[in-house]
Amino acid sequence: MNVENPLPRPRFGSALSALRGGTGTVSVLLVLIFVVIATQNPSFFEGPPLMAFAKKAAPLVILAIGQYLVIVSGEFDLSVGSLVGAQVVIAARLIDGDEAMTFPVIGVMLLFGLLVGLVNGLVTTLLKVPSIITTLGTMLILFGAVRYWTGGAPTGALSENFRVFGRHGLDGVPGLGQLPWALVVAAVLTVGAILLMRSPYGRSLMATGDNDTAAAFSGVRVGRVRTLAFVGSALMATVAAVLIGGFAGVTAQVGQGLEFTAITAVVLGGVVLGGGRGTVVAAALGALTVEALFTLFNQLYLPSTIQPTAQGLIIVAAVAYASRRTDPRPPKRRPRRRPDHPNERPLDSSRR
Amino acid sequence: MTRAVSVSKNLRARTGTTGLVYLALVVVLVLSALLVAFQGGDLFTAANTVDLFTRSSLLGFLAIGQTLVILCRSLDLSVGYVAALSTMVAAITMAGDPSRIVLGVGATLGLAALIGLVNGLVITRLRVNPFIATLGMGLVIKGYLDTRFQGPAGSVPSEFQMFGLSRVGVLPISTLVMLALAVAAILFLRRTRMGLHMYAVGGDAEVARLSGIRPELPLIAAHVLCSMMAGIAGLLLASRFGTGNTLVYNNGYELEAIAAVVLGGTYLLGGRGGVAGTVAGVFILATLDTVFNTLSMDPFVKDVLRGAIVIAAVAVYARGRHARAAVRLRFPSGGAPPSAAGPPEPPSPPPSPPAPEHAARRGER
Repeated sequence: MNVENPLPRPRFGSALSALRGGTGTVSVLLVLIFVVIATQNPSFFEGPPLMAFAKKAAPLVILAIGQYLVIVSGEFDLSVGSLVGAQVVIAARLIDGDEAMTFPVIGVMLLFGLLVGLVNGLVTTLLKVPSIITTLGTMLILFGAVRYWTGGAPTGALSENFRVFGRHGLDGVPGLGQLPWALVVAAVLTVGAILLMRSPYGRSLMATGDNDTAAAFSGVRVGRVRTLAFVGSALMATVAAVLIGGFAGVTAQVGQGLEFTAITAVVLGGVVLGGGRGTVVAAALGALTVEALFTLFNQLYLPSTIQPTAQGLIIVAAVAYASRRTDPRPPKRRPRRRPDHPNERPLDSSRR
Repeated sequence: MTRAVSVSKNLRARTGTTGLVYLALVVVLVLSALLVAFQGGDLFTAANTVDLFTRSSLLGFLAIGQTLVILCRSLDLSVGYVAALSTMVAAITMAGDPSRIVLGVGATLGLAALIGLVNGLVITRLRVNPFIATLGMGLVIKGYLDTRFQGPAGSVPSEFQMFGLSRVGVLPISTLVMLALAVAAILFLRRTRMGLHMYAVGGDAEVARLSGIRPELPLIAAHVLCSMMAGIAGLLLASRFGTGNTLVYNNGYELEAIAAVVLGGTYLLGGRGGVAGTVAGVFILATLDTVFNTLSMDPFVKDVLRGAIVIAAVAVYARGRHARAAVRLRFPSGGAPPSAAGPPEPPSPPPSPPAPEHAARRGER
């Protein structure tokens, strides 16, 4: 998406303009990583390994889409990692191996996600607490509360039905072997999010992130739009928790650090922190890129401890490259933005 | 002369929330003392006071540095990792030899300054968002630490351990150092050109540039100073542990430091606030921790309460701040300085709704 354009209109045929902004950068990066993976492991693209990759990457894609909704509205959600951990622990404790409980518990999880998102959103919009603080608080609260509830270590067990989503798939698909449910869920949610961003709500969200004063003057209910973005992020984290719990099982560490991975993915996709820019596709591609990077590190037999170093260097390099291409001269009208609380901006910035 | 006066008035306006923060600190202290007394204890025993001050020093170093960066409209998520790296550098360089203390301190602060310089240059020259730049720097350091070191390494001579362990009365040396650095930082921000430029750049980088300030320099300086403060925090940790410890970064210091800064009334947006408020924010968090400890509370409940209290406190500040900010809107020319110079206005009881919501409501009809 063209970054110069604050309110991008859907341009179905214009691949060229899509290649100019962050989507282009992240696509090139993803292709590069895939090429390197292919030289290391030629069988990677032969169906089953690719599907295994998709299964592993799906939760991060979903989390990135949720984080995208919040970031594009000019806010942050640091609570998703803790929320994923909390949801998995809640599922294990409530299901406790009982198949019949699976779907009621998933319902409970969705309600809980809804509640967390609502609290994040309302505290940020009504009480005017910067979202980085709100969600940092929610992160601490969820982390502590769940461990207190379970006495420190997760108890209970997930049911087989619950694990279907994260582990299994549609068998016997020609060429692929198995089409993982996780991939299906991620694809459906991606398409859903793309459609959402083209709906009036999505336009309002984008406008709010770009300039919430202007959006408010145009009749957008800024608070409501932002709150819904937080709810969306929390619900996405809940879905991701179902997949992650099914795939990886229950441990005390589930979800740790996922919020930063998700933000990394979104920013790698060229969605500007501060809001108003970027596309869902770019965010999803960013998530795939991060996951491909992890896969590549494994294939190169890099010691797992050095992975953060490489990850850090690549993120900074990619973001530096993206900001160089889209913004070759010092910004004239728009000073560089930083994570902030845009509700406050119109009242205090001298740009009013 | 008049210019100097108006600058100082402006500064007072900028640090307006500081009074509120100290009020909050007093309220927290009184409530905590009552709560502890209710449980049959005493918050202000010598042991508890020492505990409170000891807790405040480490977070204080990190939060003072973070304040400078946040004032410039930036953010530093790498401080926890810089502190961890600093413990290793200090302990390995000193290697238990008292004659190498100066060398160890110098090497630690030098490396920290270098990291801050890289952060600043990546943010200004490569125009990487500070969030990503410093998160990336943190990851780079984490990877290096995990690969290079398997566990604690090096050792700190007992003379240097004095820094972390000895105290004057109830005041630990480290807390005195922290308070001295806080005063230095306040003077730096109020009295030096670079300090004032930090406010200017944080307020609006473009306006600062048009006024003849090179906006890159204060930002880079803030990052260098912030990393050096993290280095001092690392020195403190090393002197407390007696060795270098890589796992320090797991403690989430960076987020705690940001919480302390915001609790201290500094805008995450930059350009407003100051170190005095941050120190109060640090003491509020330290008081909470001490109270939780005194009541021997479940560590997990601690997290819950801390999260809730930080949100609640910031919500309270946000209310006061928005009421005042809305008043400022009545001077749309922008020329009139905020009326903080005059007699303190009674805070308008119903915080007049900020413009956006107002407009939104009008738009609905």
